[in-house]
Amino acid sequence: MSLTLLNVIFAVVVAIAFAAANAAYLVWAERRGAARIQRRPGPNINGPFGLLQPPLDGIKLMAKQLIIPGGADKVLFIAAPVLAMYPAIMSFVTIPFSDTIVAHNINVGILMIFAFASTGSMSLIFAGWSSRNKYSMMSAVRAVSQSVAYEIPMLITTITVVMIAGSMDLMEIVHQQSRSILHWNIFPLLGNSHNILMPASFLIFFICTLAETNRAPFDLGEAESELVAGFHTEYGSMGFGLFFMGEYANIVIGACMTTILFLGGWSCPFGLFPGVWWFLLKLYLLIATFIWIRWTFPRTTIYGLLNLSWKILIPLSLVNLLLTAGLIKVF
Amino acid sequence: MVTYFKDIYSGLVSLFIGMEVTFKEFFKPTVTVQYPYETLTMTERYRGHVELIENDEGKPNCIVCGLCQRACPSACITLAGVKPEGEKKKVLTKYILDFTRCSLCGSCVESCNFNALEFSKEYNLASTRREDFIFDLLQRLEDRNK
Repeated sequence: MSLTLLNVIFAVVVAIAFAAANAAYLVWAERRGAARIQRRPGPNINGPFGLLQPPLDGIKLMAKQLIIPGGADKVLFIAAPVLAMYPAIMSFVTIPFSDTIVAHNINVGILMIFAFASTGSMSLIFAGWSSRNKYSMMSAVRAVSQSVAYEIPMLITTITVVMIAGSMDLMEIVHQQSRSILHWNIFPLLGNSHNILMPASFLIFFICTLAETNRAPFDLGEAESELVAGFHTEYGSMGFGLFFMGEYANIVIGACMTTILFLGGWSCPFGLFPGVWWFLLKLYLLIATFIWIRWTFPRTTIYGLLNLSWKILIPLSLVNLLLTAGLIKVF
Repeated sequence: MVTYFKDIYSGLVSLFIGMEVTFKEFFKPTVTVQYPYETLTMTERYRGHVELIENDEGKPNCIVCGLCQRACPSACITLAGVKPEGEKKKVLTKYILDFTRCSLCGSCVESCNFNALEFSKEYNLASTRREDFIFDLLQRLEDRNK
């Protein structure tokens, strides 16, 4: 695949459009879903089913003034929301949606996505540091400990999958799972791994995705009831908007990765209607689960959060890693 | 070691139980009332401000005895009436309720022996001006009959 300038521009525009559209309408889906769970109708005034709500919110945010608090570190303050949004957009470049729909497949796709994802928490730290606000500062401190704690089990689990596939190429990982539904990495024994702990591995990865995207019940960075709004307390207008969109774009990336690594990407069960919609179906089911979880569980404490990672997720994922390595050697 | 795994297991199970609860709630109908677009009918015993009761001819039942005026602890009620030539009963000409002072105690309704006063079901009361809460109940009766 040759990368001409035109290709690059096209890929970037499509990635930004996909990320932005998803971010906007996931906010709508989130609000409608939350409302249904709480037995309210949710946004239903603007347009049919409130579908015009996201663009109108966007216009409102763009029309507002971006206020930089006195004494804030201006450069970091402005850079932070951009940093929140760009890793997600960059990651879309290498995520394969089907055999043909991929902007640019590189053979270390996983590495690239995790490299960009790890800079995502930088935006929280920058925002918290530069706001010159106690609440934001506390939030930044929490964000650091949280991202350190949850990147470890997430990466160990990813290494497990990479060992099974023998490749960091996302396309290759999906191809190895596409022989049948039983070859999806989530299923043990008959699949590629022969590892009975793979469902647990999937759960660990999913929980880490929740934590890495700062979603409830792990949204300690925001923690409205304790820290006002955490790192984005001082942000208004599109600065806040970018944080918000970044959060949802990161959710899409997290769900994409879960789909590719564990649920067989675009491969279809039993050879039914193969195509990109299988990927989208799995993707949006996962995102619906994200929303469902957010409106089910209350926020954990910071100790609960760190205990879960250091005492449960990391040991379990290490055991899983060793077991997988052993089984690969045996079979 | 056993309790470690037991805790993980029971914690995980409790998470799924929680998710089951919200999953069921998701498919139940919504219960909120979209207020400006839909309203609930007020309950039988709701106490709004007082209202005059009319007879079959659309005139107030009131005979201007003035008991409600005297019963009112906050002196909200001002009423007046005249006795036209050749009639037996007085006719109400003015019934002003100063709702800014009314505490909805209901003494006026209780004191009325002629079935002339009742509580209305009016609850959409909001205004920026004080004068809006001085109701001319006779006028309201006429407006209702229009």
